[in-house]
Amino acid sequence: MNTDTKNGSLSTRARAVALAAGRGFVLALVTLPGAVLCFTLSLVSIALVPIGVGALTTPWVLTGVRAFADWRRLLAAQWCGVRIPSAYRPIPEGANPWARTYALLRDPAVWRDLRWLQVDMTAGFVTALLPAVLFFYPLEGFAVAAGLWRPLSDSGGYWYGFVHVTDQASALGAGALAAALLALTPLAPRLLTAHFRLTRAVLGASQGELAERVRVLTETRRDAVDTSAAELRRIERDLHDGAQARLVAMGMDLGTIEMLLDKDPAKAKQLLARTRQSSVDALVELRDLVRGIHPPVLAERGLGDAVRALALRLPLPTEVNVELDGRAEAPVESAAYFAVSEVLTNAVKHSGADRIWIDLHHGEGRLRITVTDNGKGGAAIGAGSGLSGIERRLGTFDGVLAVSSPAGGPTMVTMEIPCALS
Amino acid sequence: MRVVLAEDLFLLRDGLVRLLEAYDFEIAAAVESGPELARALAELEPDVAVVDVRLPPTHTDEGLQCALQARRDRPGLPVLVLSQHVEQLYARELLADGTGGVGYLLKDRVFDAEQFVDAVRRVAGGGTAMDPQVIQQLLSRRGADDRPLGRLTPREREVLELMAQGRSNAAIAGQLVVTERAIAKHTSNIFTKLDLEVSDDDNRRVLAVLAYLDQDR
Repeated sequence: MNTDTKNGSLSTRARAVALAAGRGFVLALVTLPGAVLCFTLSLVSIALVPIGVGALTTPWVLTGVRAFADWRRLLAAQWCGVRIPSAYRPIPEGANPWARTYALLRDPAVWRDLRWLQVDMTAGFVTALLPAVLFFYPLEGFAVAAGLWRPLSDSGGYWYGFVHVTDQASALGAGALAAALLALTPLAPRLLTAHFRLTRAVLGASQGELAERVRVLTETRRDAVDTSAAELRRIERDLHDGAQARLVAMGMDLGTIEMLLDKDPAKAKQLLARTRQSSVDALVELRDLVRGIHPPVLAERGLGDAVRALALRLPLPTEVNVELDGRAEAPVESAAYFAVSEVLTNAVKHSGADRIWIDLHHGEGRLRITVTDNGKGGAAIGAGSGLSGIERRLGTFDGVLAVSSPAGGPTMVTMEIPCALS
Repeated sequence: MRVVLAEDLFLLRDGLVRLLEAYDFEIAAAVESGPELARALAELEPDVAVVDVRLPPTHTDEGLQCALQARRDRPGLPVLVLSQHVEQLYARELLADGTGGVGYLLKDRVFDAEQFVDAVRRVAGGGTAMDPQVIQQLLSRRGADDRPLGRLTPREREVLELMAQGRSNAAIAGQLVVTERAIAKHTSNIFTKLDLEVSDDDNRRVLAVLAYLDQDR
C-alpha cells in the first residue's frame, strides 16, 4: 500500500516533470520568434508614425502584441497558477487611426509590453528552454553511454557537456554526468514557474501603480457615498416640508369643506379654491424637486438637448455646440449635466460675463465638455468653491476638471469623463 | 369636434376623456403609446390631437416626436402637447414651422377646465396656446436690460404675456376686466414699441410676438 502511494507519487512527479519539459519546449519554440517578430514590427511601426504610415499600422501591431502578452498571461495562470495583472487602457473604438495610435502610445502598459518582449526573447527564452534541456539532455547522455558514442565519435570525438567522448570509458563518464543531471530534472516544473514569475515581474502592472489606483478609488467611492447620502437627506427634507405637508393640509381642508358644504356653501367654495391652489403649489414643488433629482429633458432627450434646454433658461446669451453620436450611460449623463449646471451657475453669479459658450464633444473614449465665459476671470478650484465639489463628483467616474481663468478673463472650465456612447 | 388623445397614465387619460366629453368633444381615440398615437393620427384625421410628451414604449419624448412627425405629414394639424414640465426647447420645436395650430401646456392647466377647453378649441381653430411658464421663461431670459421690453408699461407687459400665450383681444379684455378697445390700444402700442408689423390676424400676431421673444440678442 505504502509503496503504491510512493510509486503513485513518483509517477505523478515524473509526469509533472515531463509535462513541464514539454511545455517549456513549446514555449521556447514560440517565444523566440514570436517576441523577435513582435518587437521588430513594433519598432518599425512606431518609427514610421511621423511619416503617417505608422499611424495606420501601429494600432494593429500593438493590438497583436497585446494578444501575444495576453496569451502568455493565460498560460501563466493555467500552467503554473501565476496571475499576471493586466492594466491596459481601453482602446478607443471608432476613433481615427491617429487618435488610436496616440491613445495607445500614451498607455504605460503598452511600453511595459515592449520592454517585456526584449526580456522574453533573451532571459525568457532561456528559462523556458531549461526545463526541456534538463529533461531531454540526460536521455541523450544515457543513449551515448549505451552505445550511441560509436557513430557519434567517429569523426574525432564528441562532446557531451564537458566530457569528451572517445571510447566506452568516457562514454560511461557521459552517462554518469547524465545521471547527475537527471537528479536535477525534478526542478523542471519550478523552472517553468520561474519563467512565468519573470514574465510577471516585467509584464505585470507595478504594485505602486495599483496601490495608487486603489487609493483614488477608495477616496472617490467615499465621496460618492457621502454625496448621494446628502442628496437623499435633502430630498427627504424637501418632500417632508413641501409636497407632503401640502397634501396633509389639502386633506384637512377637504374634510372641512365636506362639513361646510350644507351649512355654508359660500365658505366651502372659498376653501375649495384654496385647496386647488395648494395642489398647484404642491405640483410646482414636486416639479422643481424632480428637476433637481433627474431633469426630465435629460431622460427624454439625453445630455445634448438637456444642456441646450439648460442654456435656454440662463439669463445670458449662450451658444451650445454638441457633437455626440449617441448617449452615455445614465449616471455619467447625470453627473455631466449637474456639473455643467453648476459651472453655469457659477459663471452667471460670479464672472460678470455677458456671453457663454458650451461645447460638448466625445472622442478617444472621453466625453469632453468646455464652458467658456468672457467674464472677469479669477476662478480657482479651492476649498469651499463650487468647482471642487464638481471635481469630487466627476472623480466618481474617473472624470477630471481643469480651470483656466486668468485675472481679466476669459474663464474656461474643461471637464473630461471617460465613457462610451451607445 | 373630434379629438385623438394620447396619455399613458390611465387615471389621467380617463379624466381627460370625461372632461372633454362633458364639453361636447367627440373622442375619436384615446391611446396610451407612441405607435398607437401615430396610427390614430394617420388614420382618423382628427380635428385636434391632445398628446402627452412622454409615452411608452421608450418613455422619452415619444409623444412630442409623434406630434411633430404628424405635423410634417399633414402641415397645420392642430396639436396640443401636455407635459409635467415645460421646456422652451420643446416650445421652439413645436413653433418652428410657423403655421400655428399648436399648444404646449403643463398638465396642471387641466385643473381649470374652462381655460383648458378654451385652449383646446383655440388650437383646433389654428390658434396657439403657450403655457404661461414658457412665456415667463422667455421674458426672464430677455432680462431687464432689454430696451424695447423695458419701454413697455406694466399693463402693456401684462397684455404682452397674455397675448404670447395665444389669447385673443376679447379673451384678454375678459381676463383683465377692461374693454376690448382698451386692449386693442395696448396691443398696437406694444407692436410699435417692439417694432413689429401690426396684423389683424390673431394667430399671426401671436407668432410674431413669440418669435420676437425667442430670438437671440
